[in-house]
Amino acid sequence: MIQISKRGAVSRKRNIAIRLAAIVLAIIVCAIITMATTGTDPFAVFSAFINGSFGSERKLWIFLQDTAILLIISLAVTPAFKMHCWNLGAEGQVLAGAMAAAACMVLLGDTVSNGALIACMVIASVVTGAVWAGIPALFKAKFNTNETLFTLMMNYVATQIVAYFCVKWENPVGSCTIGVINAQNEAGWLPQLGNKYLLVIMVAIIMTVLIYFYLNYTKHGYEIAVVGESERTARYIGIKVPRVIIRTMLFSGAICGVAGLLLVGGIHHTVSTSLVGGQGFTAVMVSWLAAFNPIVMILTSALLIFMGSGANQLASSCGLNQSFGDILTGVLIFFIIGSEFFVQYKISFRKKSKEAVKNV
Amino acid sequence: MFDIVSFIPRAVMQGIPLMFGCVGETITEKSGNLNLGTAGVMYVGGICGVIGAFLYENSGAEMSTFLTIAIPLLCCILGSALMGLLYCFLTVTLRANQNVTGLAMTTFGIGVGNFFGGSLIKLVNIDVPSVVLTKTSNVFSKTLPFADDLGWFGKIFLNYSFLAYAAIIIAVLASYFLNKTRPGLQLRAVGESPATADAAGIDVIKYKYIATIVGSVIAGLGGLYYVMDYACGVWSNNAFGDRGWLAIALVIFTVWRPSLSIFASIIFGGLYILNVYIPTGTDLAINEIYKMAPYVVTIIVLVITSIRSRKENQPPMSLGLPYFREER
Repeated sequence: MIQISKRGAVSRKRNIAIRLAAIVLAIIVCAIITMATTGTDPFAVFSAFINGSFGSERKLWIFLQDTAILLIISLAVTPAFKMHCWNLGAEGQVLAGAMAAAACMVLLGDTVSNGALIACMVIASVVTGAVWAGIPALFKAKFNTNETLFTLMMNYVATQIVAYFCVKWENPVGSCTIGVINAQNEAGWLPQLGNKYLLVIMVAIIMTVLIYFYLNYTKHGYEIAVVGESERTARYIGIKVPRVIIRTMLFSGAICGVAGLLLVGGIHHTVSTSLVGGQGFTAVMVSWLAAFNPIVMILTSALLIFMGSGANQLASSCGLNQSFGDILTGVLIFFIIGSEFFVQYKISFRKKSKEAVKNV
Repeated sequence: MFDIVSFIPRAVMQGIPLMFGCVGETITEKSGNLNLGTAGVMYVGGICGVIGAFLYENSGAEMSTFLTIAIPLLCCILGSALMGLLYCFLTVTLRANQNVTGLAMTTFGIGVGNFFGGSLIKLVNIDVPSVVLTKTSNVFSKTLPFADDLGWFGKIFLNYSFLAYAAIIIAVLASYFLNKTRPGLQLRAVGESPATADAAGIDVIKYKYIATIVGSVIAGLGGLYYVMDYACGVWSNNAFGDRGWLAIALVIFTVWRPSLSIFASIIFGGLYILNVYIPTGTDLAINEIYKMAPYVVTIIVLVITSIRSRKENQPPMSLGLPYFREER
């Protein structure tokens, strides 16, 4: 007879041990899947994975930069999730912010000074990101409209707007892509710190610290936590729930806008419908896997980027499809999600009750 | 001129995958499980059918009509049932968060679809340039024999393959099941209040498992229909797109009633291809704006249903919440 009971307080050690065990198990299963589909031996698989992220100095920088972007998007979705507001629209909010930044670069590229242009881009992308999250939040707060699907549909609206401008501002003509914007004068390209990767990484580090403090040591952070735990309690102690919902979603959207700004101004210098590449959804999982803790999110986002780029490396060396990374990411997350159960519950095996009676 | 006789059949063909997805998701949600992984399930259903059909077509054996249908169908059912089982194991047995599990299933399912779609030829070492299942598709998309003889009537009502009619029949049966049969009512009780259902002697866990797996299988058939009939047996990566998510939105649109999903999905199918039928002149960019139609309409519908907020149009009470008997 299997009996399941809830554990009391879980020690930190046990918590970490169970999660690590889940990750190790997941990696082993991933290795088995990889071997079965590609026919490579396990050592080649692991070396390809290490190679994918740390193979050269350039790969290492790109790994850090990708981690930083995913981390920023994950940080953005976290306050809303902590409030139990399922914002699946990070993808669209980042894209909207990116589109706003790109629009500034295209329209104002030749007319204003570089400093003024970058200031415009920052304001435009932050505001657009915030508005993109604010619209669903407004309806959620006023009419309790389902925010999961509303934000999700906003993703596609953003995608189509980007697609519209890709055709409208196509460069060269007939390509249906915008191409690198302001390639000659580099107007609106964010300044480089040391090398071209460092700016994004620095922004991510600063954001992590700020959000950590915002969530744990400010009144706003406290209100978010209370609304997330129990809306009734929040109302009882005088927190205006609709206001918290709208404010937090605006905040989430604004940070997504920053991510969009960095993607356009700092990395790609162009915008396309696949710019965000599903990271808005991955961010939800990163945030959840880290139990909404910004510091732990550094690890979880690095882990997911590591799996992704390793799988890409392997797939391209074996001539397979790039989507292999998604499968491995999925398996990894299934294991970590599953491990939560063993953190919270205790399974004890007892003899069947009939035998127990006999023994007495 | 707006060509209604050619518009309606295409709208219906677009709507059928949504109909499968919507009915499947409705049954799942009636058990209290909010399966956001439907997009992934539909990809897996589609690709499993493709793998089955591909291996059978290239096996060199004489192809019989029965096996040409049965093999992809069985593969599809098996694949999507496994996805449903996985979702249930994680959310019901291991009590994981439904939203996160659903998202992970979407990532995983789309990954499986695109990976095998892109690498199938390499993996099984068969010397063909691309995955084109013309023979299987011909069988799957066979329409009623007398459709062409009946003019516009035939074109609008009879011009579809067996899976399309199956979708409508499944929607009607699901509606009957949920409203008129004992297990259907018990399933709804599980979704509304699992604790009450449990107290009344209903096996909550069994109902959740069965409803989710059956729901996934129905949704998976939508993926199969898309590849074999709509896309003429050609798998291209990401072609299925966001239909899985639209199917979930349709569930709210139809206020959890499978019978309404027949009309709702055809309307959405129409919105999906509206941009092809609206004359755009020389401005190609505006086409991209028309493609927004299904999403904008979904948003409007979400807002309107939430403002009206009628009692009989609410989601199952325990939707998205886990049920632990020990925890009250």
